[in-house]
Amino acid sequence: MSANQVKHAGLNLGGTDELTHEQAEIAVFGFWVFLMSDAVLFALLFATYGVMLSATVGGPTPASEYKILPVFLETLALLTSSFTYGMASVAMKHGASRRQLLGWMGATLVLGAAFLGMELHDFATMFGDGAYPTRSGYLSSFFALVPLHGLHVFFGSIWIIVMMVQVMIFGLDARVKINILRLGLFWHFLDIVWIAIFSVVYLQGLIR
Amino acid sequence: MTHGIWLAILGRLDWQELPFYRAWENPTASEIIGAGAGLIVVIGAGAVVLLITWHGKWRYLWSEWLTSLDHKKIGIMYIALALVMLSRALIEAVLMRMQQAAAIDKPGFLAPDHFSQLFSTHGSIMIFFMGMPFLVGLINFVMPLQIGSRDVAFPLLNSISLWLTGAAAALVMASLVIGKFSTGGWSGYPPYTELAFSPDVGPDYWIWAVSLGSIGSTLTGINFAVTIYKMRCPGMELMRMPLFVWTALCTSILMIFAMPPLTIATALLALDRYLGYHFFTNDLGGNMMNYANLFWLFGHPEVYILILPAFGVYSEVVSTFSSKELYGYTSLVLATAAIALLSFTVWVHHFFTMGQNADINAVFGIATMTIGVPTGVKIYDWIWTMFRGQVRFTVPMLYSLAFMMTFVLGGITGILLAFPPLDYLVHNTLFLVAHFHNMLIPGLLYGMLAGYHYWFPKAFGFRLNEKWGRISFGCWVVGFYLAFMPLYVLGAAGVARRTQGMFDPIFRPWLYVAGVGALILLAALGALFVQLLVSIRERDANRVFAGDPWDGRGLEWSTSAPPPEYNYAVIPRVRGRDPFFEGKRKDDPYAPPASYEDIELPKNSMTGPLIGAVGAATAFGLVWHMWWLVIIGVLAIIAAVIARSFARDVRRIIPADEIGRTERSWLRAVAEATPIPREIEMTSANQGMAEVSE
Repeated sequence: MSANQVKHAGLNLGGTDELTHEQAEIAVFGFWVFLMSDAVLFALLFATYGVMLSATVGGPTPASEYKILPVFLETLALLTSSFTYGMASVAMKHGASRRQLLGWMGATLVLGAAFLGMELHDFATMFGDGAYPTRSGYLSSFFALVPLHGLHVFFGSIWIIVMMVQVMIFGLDARVKINILRLGLFWHFLDIVWIAIFSVVYLQGLIR
Repeated sequence: MTHGIWLAILGRLDWQELPFYRAWENPTASEIIGAGAGLIVVIGAGAVVLLITWHGKWRYLWSEWLTSLDHKKIGIMYIALALVMLSRALIEAVLMRMQQAAAIDKPGFLAPDHFSQLFSTHGSIMIFFMGMPFLVGLINFVMPLQIGSRDVAFPLLNSISLWLTGAAAALVMASLVIGKFSTGGWSGYPPYTELAFSPDVGPDYWIWAVSLGSIGSTLTGINFAVTIYKMRCPGMELMRMPLFVWTALCTSILMIFAMPPLTIATALLALDRYLGYHFFTNDLGGNMMNYANLFWLFGHPEVYILILPAFGVYSEVVSTFSSKELYGYTSLVLATAAIALLSFTVWVHHFFTMGQNADINAVFGIATMTIGVPTGVKIYDWIWTMFRGQVRFTVPMLYSLAFMMTFVLGGITGILLAFPPLDYLVHNTLFLVAHFHNMLIPGLLYGMLAGYHYWFPKAFGFRLNEKWGRISFGCWVVGFYLAFMPLYVLGAAGVARRTQGMFDPIFRPWLYVAGVGALILLAALGALFVQLLVSIRERDANRVFAGDPWDGRGLEWSTSAPPPEYNYAVIPRVRGRDPFFEGKRKDDPYAPPASYEDIELPKNSMTGPLIGAVGAATAFGLVWHMWWLVIIGVLAIIAAVIARSFARDVRRIIPADEIGRTERSWLRAVAEATPIPREIEMTSANQGMAEVSE
């Protein structure tokens, strides 16, 4: 492995497109730093959730509201979407056909949308039970942390659409390639955050 | 029906919200002052617009400045913003001092609610819209030059950060004319700032102004850190970076990790106020202690975000004006990094009295005192740098000296406050107010002013007037001592901070002295502006186009003043610390290269101003519940970002012959300039060429 290939972590363009790989160094590193800042946002919301978990004030509790099956399906959808996005990155790196690349990105988009749909359905169910964010401190913290992740997935999905359009218009120029790399980091990051939500929020809520 | 339509369009805005209307209805001194302030904003803005139109400068302003992605111009715009906001916040401080001096057993001339707005805006502005823009501006201008780079890593993001900060500052200004600002202090503690106790627009103005500013600062931090990590010129190893770059790096890292807690704190408070959540309310499981933790997780590192760049400036200034290598470079770097790290471990000392157990307080008290150690190291390093140096008492050097003495005093009172039992006694008194002004005025303002004087010739090509600089300096120092030493006494006597009036006449002499001090500080600001005007008028006599007025040490002095937009025709190579200082003594740093090459720079972009304007409008809509404006604004920002991602024609080429012409005319000036010894560097003989002595 040459020094070039380890310039920035994650799936990169070393070995197939050295020129863009060089250019991507600053852009991808900058995006890593942004994600670290974003991670602090989530960390603080996790901490807030932990602090407020007991503040149910006689209202709905985690055990009464969380359902394992839909959350498990959401997890599957999101994890699979990370896999399909990984395939898209590999397709981009190794110059697979544009149809293949767009296909993997489209699959990611569909899985992301499915995740969002299921999550919204969960929220609707909770609302149906009277579990509104205004009901208690616990529900306030739940409805800050989990929807913020959902909002990220939503904007990630818009980003996927934008990138698919750009692949069609510009083909794979350097900027499109670099942005697909950054989008990949973003998407996988959301996966990691979701795993934390699944474990800390849902599993912990259910075993209480 | 018509009423319903107006409600949909204007939200909760009506005539009552204009200070002019309030002053007309109820002409008390307090309301008239409020209306006067609003009038100043309106007239000031109008005058600026008229003046620009009169001179036909809109096109120039738009294409040369507002849409520019040049880090140097963005830096200058940041500092201009900081000076405007400094003027407002300082006038507010004077009003507060006058009120307290006048309101001994009397109502004074400011109503309690007005007084509360004043201390809230004063604090918020000084931190977010004076301190932050000033240091970000200085770093923006200087840091890329010092590391031998042509720009920051993300020039467009830089412009967006500037305009988000500008939008936030505009929102604070708008609160003078429409509605009112928060009365909850710069820290905006709930539950007081919750709907139950502050149903008006004040806290909303605070929330959105601070949120916009914090997002801008986070992006700036990312931008600077990436620039310093990835864009240094060949040979510029980490341990060869000028100390200002080190402090910029540590400040950027603090911004990346400490601004998000602020964003979260204000966002959760907004959720409480807008959607009825219960994060910090008194009922249904809200917990305001969580706010205090979130806010100070930002707030304490923020102190070091503000102070570290000033430490960087002092390191540059003391070394340059002593003509000596910086003493203890490695220890200064380590001390800076240690302060940055420790700053995350002390936030609880802002609320020792909240009721956590004594052991927790002890841990945080000890951690707080620990920060004194690296800070002390720095002070000694600067003193040793001056030792046996050729010290010249220029204005930046005077600020550095005043800083060292004053800051140590503030540090000692900080160590006192770090004892939880003692903190219980003086908590929330003027003692605390005296302490943090004693840290931030020398530790931030003096540093920024030193940097302003030091790098002004580099930015504009002429030196600032020395005499008015000294007058201003004298006023800042004398004014500071007169204004804040009495507050230590008053605080120790138990006077609570943020008090609109008091009853005990025994406080009167101290309050009078503090009031005089505040007026002297205002005079200091006045002198600063006089200095700027005088210097502009006399600019032709004080030109330093050759670029090196102080026998500078870092790369930034090796270009013309002002530097060309591409900074360096050829990216420099560095062989050690103080590369330019050594270069002047070992060989010819002005030797032209064999040939020039085309340089690629980013084209101007209107994305920044657009996002700033729309961001301000969106925030305004949020404050006044004009939901249509909010929806349009959010969609417009998303659309702008997406549209920009489709732009492909974003670079422009500066051709090699143009660069050659620019460089040759500068080198001609260098050859013609008379090298001067250090003794006369403050006179008009200084043409920006240093006489090199061993």
